[in-house]
Amino acid sequence: MSTTVAEKEKREITLEKLDEVVIRFAGDSGDGMQLTGSQFTNTSALFGNDLSTLPDYPAEIRAPAGTIPGVSAFQVRIADYDIHTPGDAPDVLVAMNPAALKKELKDLKQNGVIIVNTDEFNQRNFIKANITGNPLEDHSLDAYRVFPVPLTTMTRRTLEGSGLDTKSMDRCKNMFALGMCYWMFSRPLDNTVTFLTQQFAKKPHLAEANIKVLKAGWNYCDITELFHERYEVPAADLEPGLYRNITGNVALALGLIAASRRSGLPLFLGAYPITPASDVLHELSQYKNFGVTTFQAEDEIAAVCSAIGASFGGALGTTVSSGPGIALKTEAMGLAVMVELPLIVCDIQRGGPSTGLPTKTEQADLFQVIFGRNSEAPMPVLAASSPKDCFDIALEAARIATKYMTPVVVLSDGYIANGSEPWRLPTVESLPDLRIEHHTKVEGFLPYQRHPETLARPWAIPGTPGLEHRIGGLEKEDVTGNVSYDPQNHDHMVRLRAEKVARIAKDVPPVVVHGDERGGLLVLGWGSTAGAVTGAVNAARRKGLAVSRAHLRHLNPFPANLGEVLSRFEKVLVPEMNLGQLAFLLRGHYLKDVISYNKVQGLPFTRQQILQKILEILEPNDHGH
Amino acid sequence: MATETPTLSKKDFQSDQEVRWCPGCGDYAILSAVQQVFPELGIPRERFVVVSGIGCSSRFPYYMNTFGFHSIHGRAPAVATGIKLARPELEVWIATGDGDAMSIGGNHFIHTLRRNVGVKVLMFNNRIYGLTKGQYSPTSELGKKTKSTPMGSVDYPFNPLSLALGSGATFVARTVDIFQAHQKEVLRQAAQHKGTAFVEIYQNCNIFNDKAYTYMTEKDVKDDNALYLEQGKPLVFGKNKDKGIRMRGTQMEVIQLGEGFTADDCVVWDATLDNPATAFLAAQLLPPDFPTALGVFRNVTVPTYEDMLTDQIHHETDRLGAGTLEKLLQGGDTWRVAEHGAAS
Repeated sequence: MSTTVAEKEKREITLEKLDEVVIRFAGDSGDGMQLTGSQFTNTSALFGNDLSTLPDYPAEIRAPAGTIPGVSAFQVRIADYDIHTPGDAPDVLVAMNPAALKKELKDLKQNGVIIVNTDEFNQRNFIKANITGNPLEDHSLDAYRVFPVPLTTMTRRTLEGSGLDTKSMDRCKNMFALGMCYWMFSRPLDNTVTFLTQQFAKKPHLAEANIKVLKAGWNYCDITELFHERYEVPAADLEPGLYRNITGNVALALGLIAASRRSGLPLFLGAYPITPASDVLHELSQYKNFGVTTFQAEDEIAAVCSAIGASFGGALGTTVSSGPGIALKTEAMGLAVMVELPLIVCDIQRGGPSTGLPTKTEQADLFQVIFGRNSEAPMPVLAASSPKDCFDIALEAARIATKYMTPVVVLSDGYIANGSEPWRLPTVESLPDLRIEHHTKVEGFLPYQRHPETLARPWAIPGTPGLEHRIGGLEKEDVTGNVSYDPQNHDHMVRLRAEKVARIAKDVPPVVVHGDERGGLLVLGWGSTAGAVTGAVNAARRKGLAVSRAHLRHLNPFPANLGEVLSRFEKVLVPEMNLGQLAFLLRGHYLKDVISYNKVQGLPFTRQQILQKILEILEPNDHGH
Repeated sequence: MATETPTLSKKDFQSDQEVRWCPGCGDYAILSAVQQVFPELGIPRERFVVVSGIGCSSRFPYYMNTFGFHSIHGRAPAVATGIKLARPELEVWIATGDGDAMSIGGNHFIHTLRRNVGVKVLMFNNRIYGLTKGQYSPTSELGKKTKSTPMGSVDYPFNPLSLALGSGATFVARTVDIFQAHQKEVLRQAAQHKGTAFVEIYQNCNIFNDKAYTYMTEKDVKDDNALYLEQGKPLVFGKNKDKGIRMRGTQMEVIQLGEGFTADDCVVWDATLDNPATAFLAAQLLPPDFPTALGVFRNVTVPTYEDMLTDQIHHETDRLGAGTLEKLLQGGDTWRVAEHGAAS
């Protein structure tokens, strides 16, 4: 293929500057859409954009090709300003087959760009996707700007003579689409070229093929008259510093290692594979040179029990799972409450109940982690608000667990676990000092003698001469820790354990209100709703509405000032990806009625949804029904 | 850490807690044997950790003046594994029962043996649930009448040794609560073993399953009904040492010595064979047709889980250097944002 200079000069390509753009890559789960999306993300991150991502993939490893359940998508929003969510609606949809088009089209903005692989638009695939008629021909896409490209044909043509079989050639077609997007959004290819070279270091012919197709995709746009516009999203004005793009699961893993280093405790992770938590296990397994021990246990129960054992041995015992796995760990978490050992239990929430929606997000485990144990078994609960916050929350969990000698739950969810954002790397000195000394003093040692302020018992570990003692799940006699069935002692110990956790409220940062300190409406978020709430409240305030926001990272106990903050607002809106679990807790704790706004679709709230709800509350005549 | 071998006695391993098993319980004899063997091992007391689950046997840690952890039902092997992996230098012993290990904790039991984690598992087998007052257990015989099986159990029992051998256990032994000398010798060998050591201890529950083992513990029958496996020695038993075990085809059979057979015809016991097949056959020797085999069934040495794990940590540390927080935080693809917001 060649284009003459004259032809090239004929073209008028305009370069339009955008402050942000949302792109969704969608295809079969075998089409490499997650990789394509993350490459576009990394390149944009290196370019300096602020960004946020939302992977959305099926639970099946390879659902039947060409079908709707087999569609895997990756959304990325890049911007030249500080953003909080992966965007509500895409500006650009890359659809590798009819099923992807059908499934994702409903979200696309009006007049949005669609790039389709026309080679897949045939009768066979229409049937698989349950489509009647060819959407490329029946005017159903008239509201959009459609760019039909025979991606498969072009890829095969590019790789003619490469010696690859057709199947291997076709695997490269995602790189053609990526190359096109790089051209369209004025992105350099080198980051992905380097990645491919490293990824296929042992199969250089595959690296070469992928790079060739990537460049072909770029060149295709450069020499055809398909597009008349190119876009540029300038670098964001981010705070100066060293950055990396990070997912919540990786941030959580790094946070646990940082907690281990700052406390001087070796890190032990007991885990059983479960979506969407396994990446934390994978990540931590790579850090053996940091003295990290990862133990893939035979089941969820063994995973948490091994972590409890490791804590008894003096390590920072941790376990990571998702809702169904946490259910299995429940009894052992109660044991950790009873033996009062530090333990970090991470729950990367997913849609439920039961097996539910393994790859989709939800926030419906709040009740489970706060209440889901037999008897009075109080446990601090924290929730990360964004991918990068998973790092900080791990340090906070370790601080509370070791200072108060208690198991701590960290809640994350599929949205922030797999989603990513740029993370300004903290300096070592800026991290909290968590240094821990195990108890060694023999004189007067009693295993349940408590610290007067924190009520923590001493952490005396095996191997320390003179401190031999026994702990266990039976009720303890106050101070001595001996087994006791005394009624008054039991009543006392139940209250002591509750008081110990309650006191943490005074040791966590107060809730901060953004916007007016008091007024008509407070939007209170927790966990991964932070981004959408921030975006929505900012938008509402730009419209001149009196609305404030606050965010909770500590769900049990609540920060000490929360009740007072709630009392300053006439109405409180609580958006949650469940049926109102935080709202229930707030009503119970503070006798404050709140407006519960719920979404349980396996997808995060969009900024627009929360904004709409704010408008309904503040301007009921315009928006109410 | 002290380098001289401490001189300890049984008394050093007795805690100040009142022992609360039923009078006459076989657990007393096991406690006594363990408290006698531990001081012989030349290991400082603070390095012992005794871990248990739930059941009568699982009260064991409270009576041992060592570090101890009375965990939850069936989970002792998992807790013990965490302790051993976090602190490989500790001596981790598990006290469990037939219900705790074989039923609710079956999964942890087989996987611990499979991994060859360096912990010792003492399973007190009384073939009954004692603490919950007398339901049949996974080692109760078929037809057993208990509170939960008034017409007799229709559950086939586990053979614990077969289960252990099938799980790939590297040390498998059986002894009896009241055979103190034998029990202590088995415990000593278990203590020396690198890797998981499984010891089944026949234990009498005189309240809910009394006389379960009298067929082989009563004075007048014990020589005829117990077969001692001794390394390098022929399998000979009986009051007058006049019976033996020989191989016939793929099976073991009892032979009467002196009637055309001598000890030379008997199987010469070797617990160190890589192939566990002979040990498996010996585990199947059960009354009424056979004597019950006691002693060490299998004793082979392969690398332990914790040794291989430690090797990986050392290897990675040599390869990459000891990790530091600075390195951790600057890993991955990074970019710098300069003062004016431009990326470079």
